[in-house]
Amino acid sequence: MKTTDTSSYQHFLKVVDCQHACPAHTPVPEYIRLIAEKRYTAAYMINWESNVFPGVLGRVCDRPCEPACRRSRVEEKPVAICRLKRVAADNKEDIHPYLPKVPTEKNGKRIALIGAGPASLTVARDLLPLGYDIVLFERDPKAGGMMRSQIPAFRLPETVLDEELNYILNMGVESHFGEDISSLSNLLKSGFDAVFVGTGAPNGRWLTIPGHDQVNCDGSTSVDTGINWLSNVTFGHNDSAPKRVVVLGGGNTAMDCCRTAKRLGATEVTVLVRSSFAAMKASPWEKEDAQAEGISIKANYTPIEYVLEAGKFVGVNFEQVTSVYDESGKRTLSNTGATLFVACDLVLVAVGQDTAFPWIERDIGLRFNKWQQPALNKATLQSSLEQVFFGGDAAYGPKNIITAVANGHQAAISIDIFCQGKNAETDRPESAFNLISQKMGIHDWSYDSNIDHQARNLVPHISWEEAVKTLNTEVELGFDEKLALEEAQRCLNCDVHTVFNESTCIECSACEDVCPTDCISFVDAGNEENSEAVNDQHILSQLKVTELNPEQELFVSAPLKTGHLMIKDEDVCLHCGLCAERCPTGAWDMKKLLLDNIAATIK
Amino acid sequence: MSFQKSKFHHPRLPVNDLGLNYRDYEGALSTLCAGCGHDSITSAIVQACFELSLPPHQVAKMSGIGCSSKAPNYFLNKAHGFNTVHGRMPSVTTGANLANRELTYLAMSGDGDSASIGLGQFAHVVRRQLNMLYMVANNGVYGLTKGQLAATADRGMKNKVGEQSLFTDIDLCVMALQLGATFVARSFSGDKKQLVPLIKAAISHQGFAFIDIISPCVTFNNHPDSTRSYDYVHQHITTAAVTDFVPVKQEITSDCAAGICEDICLHDGSLMRIHKLQPDYETKNAMKAIVDIETHKKKGEILTGLFYLDANGEHYHEINNTTDTPLNKLTQDDLCPGSRVLSGINDSFR
Repeated sequence: MKTTDTSSYQHFLKVVDCQHACPAHTPVPEYIRLIAEKRYTAAYMINWESNVFPGVLGRVCDRPCEPACRRSRVEEKPVAICRLKRVAADNKEDIHPYLPKVPTEKNGKRIALIGAGPASLTVARDLLPLGYDIVLFERDPKAGGMMRSQIPAFRLPETVLDEELNYILNMGVESHFGEDISSLSNLLKSGFDAVFVGTGAPNGRWLTIPGHDQVNCDGSTSVDTGINWLSNVTFGHNDSAPKRVVVLGGGNTAMDCCRTAKRLGATEVTVLVRSSFAAMKASPWEKEDAQAEGISIKANYTPIEYVLEAGKFVGVNFEQVTSVYDESGKRTLSNTGATLFVACDLVLVAVGQDTAFPWIERDIGLRFNKWQQPALNKATLQSSLEQVFFGGDAAYGPKNIITAVANGHQAAISIDIFCQGKNAETDRPESAFNLISQKMGIHDWSYDSNIDHQARNLVPHISWEEAVKTLNTEVELGFDEKLALEEAQRCLNCDVHTVFNESTCIECSACEDVCPTDCISFVDAGNEENSEAVNDQHILSQLKVTELNPEQELFVSAPLKTGHLMIKDEDVCLHCGLCAERCPTGAWDMKKLLLDNIAATIK
Repeated sequence: MSFQKSKFHHPRLPVNDLGLNYRDYEGALSTLCAGCGHDSITSAIVQACFELSLPPHQVAKMSGIGCSSKAPNYFLNKAHGFNTVHGRMPSVTTGANLANRELTYLAMSGDGDSASIGLGQFAHVVRRQLNMLYMVANNGVYGLTKGQLAATADRGMKNKVGEQSLFTDIDLCVMALQLGATFVARSFSGDKKQLVPLIKAAISHQGFAFIDIISPCVTFNNHPDSTRSYDYVHQHITTAAVTDFVPVKQEITSDCAAGICEDICLHDGSLMRIHKLQPDYETKNAMKAIVDIETHKKKGEILTGLFYLDANGEHYHEINNTTDTPLNKLTQDDLCPGSRVLSGINDSFR
């Protein structure tokens, strides 16, 4: 087996499951420790540095960190990372003194940002302190993109959004709100050094089932796309819903539609989705909250027809289906033959959304792929037109806010390098890293190494009866200080690494014996005459417990004095430090990973 | 300082016939020095008891005084235990075994506890063939009193402060072989692949089982002049045979090739399968075992593995013809059956 490469940060970053899973690589354990010390402002700034919108993401993030949290492998539920982020945002002091200073003397480069969503604003945040002039174009009257138009205020209060947008807009962005860009070609002629496209995925998908052409599709009656309808609610064009509303689709937009409809006066709201309940795309907590508000979710129904009587829309016909998965995990729907008619006054179609680039001329050298998406360099987000960069949903289709932020960081680095006349891919900076020993005494660490066995805390919310009465009252109350400190204690400090030094190991097996989760095995390396595959099998057969998650690679030491190898299954390590406490020679140490340029680690 | 080991464990830990995982056989977190060989022995005992599916409440942990004798606190915290006076563990164990022959007796002792202050007790408990597993954690020094040389230290070896061992060392395995132990083995704390099957077989064995376990003292006897350091033992250890333990319920699938393989059936039906590494290796010849041990010692090697096994030897209760019912289960009526029975006995002599 190949000795693990510890000369770069890659292995160590991968061990920090939450940080690695976060597209922006937010140093999660670091900010949770700061919360545990009640240093909320510092915790907020660590977040702000990485994910730009901690208050927003502390409420509505997709939380890829949480399913990755190793707590869910050694216990039942992950640390409530997202809720803790909100705690930092809720309790911080004035952060203005800590914001980066924007130089008054500019570097002479002008960058155009199209769309004022999370990706564009991240680019602005990263480039303004470097002396760039940033010109922002947004067709809506306010900044925020989908964070404003598609996420209802009962999940994300406008004040929270405005506060975090203003930190960036007030850094000196030249903003043009209500200005739609209709030609990239013209924009390129206005002398920008680079253009960033962060226009999202603004087109809601329609369902072209029978009856689609007959029902009124202008948004005023009968059938509308979810995102269009939500946007009209946000900007005050729409303040009521009819009595009976059907929502088609099973994603988070569907959940936002049904909950908003209920608040606008609908009494009978039904969500119908083709997939099974478990396979719905919506985050589990969104489904739970929708159900708690009295919304009925009917799984395994596919719409087959909009029904009209005497030219008037009366409801939707559905067919009941079951999901069948083939060996590769691909789903097909098989009809059960049963049908269902749901009478309703309004259908909100939330079955997906697409990017739209009618404003990009196809003859200016910007190549599109067969799905009409821009052809991009994945590492740099640079298009085939070298001064044009993409990010967020515009780059690879609808994802989420934190991915848009990560794209923003990536693109900002690319733009900065490009504007210096260098190659955005080959001249890209790499982050330096350091591992800092946490040893304070013989058995004393500068982090809290004790493992807390408490179960995950539930976030308090206003009563569900109250919740559906007002459109803009936030449902979740967030953790109070007591809950926050309890929850912070559950973090396992995965960024404090068990670092092994072969030269001082005496192979006493003390670490192997004491490890609570059987991570460490000292194994015979096999025979040089055998093939590598045979030896690998021989090594794996000696592990104390078989690997749980092959995604998380094993740590393999260099050969020890006896020729044996130390193999560590990083996957369920609790980072409790017992191996290092039990080591008589200091061959193990607990060291905290520090990355010098987190944005550069986003690949 | 961590005083507790997290109760979280690997989600894939196997469970035994009792539905317990090996963590259920652990004790308190060790307070021995970091890197102590005794902790590895503890770990091997935990593993062996788990694999044998021993009900913890059917085990009695016996020990004397010394670092080694602290170790029972670190395994099987749901078992019975008696931490006796220095060197007197064999007597207390004899008493306990007399009172309740149904428990499994796991005894931990050290080189001071068994080869110095308790040598007489050790000799006699071997003679008595008490049904127990007697383990000695042998590191050649008195760690608890800061590293004086023990009676098991090799002659000529120096301790950490440079004091030389002037006298002949006592080899407890040789003594046990001379005094009639029916199971004698030596192992190394750092070799659990060897140690765990030996402990399992020794527990299954009916009779006096003795395992001398080389267990380096990381604080006082892990220096370059030591013959009990991790490095020295790693370099000088050798074995004549590899031993597997095959429990009763496990079907034997591979053949035992004559000449290099030997199966020995233990009292409870389990098997010891022995893969010979040296062609002249024997398990039933105590005299040869003594010669082998001494021969390797002369060459500077530490011979480990199973030295001797007599699976059909008698143990104390059999020799003494004691009652099958443990004494603690005999009632007043059993012990004093009354004058009618007495007169019956008297009549039988008339």
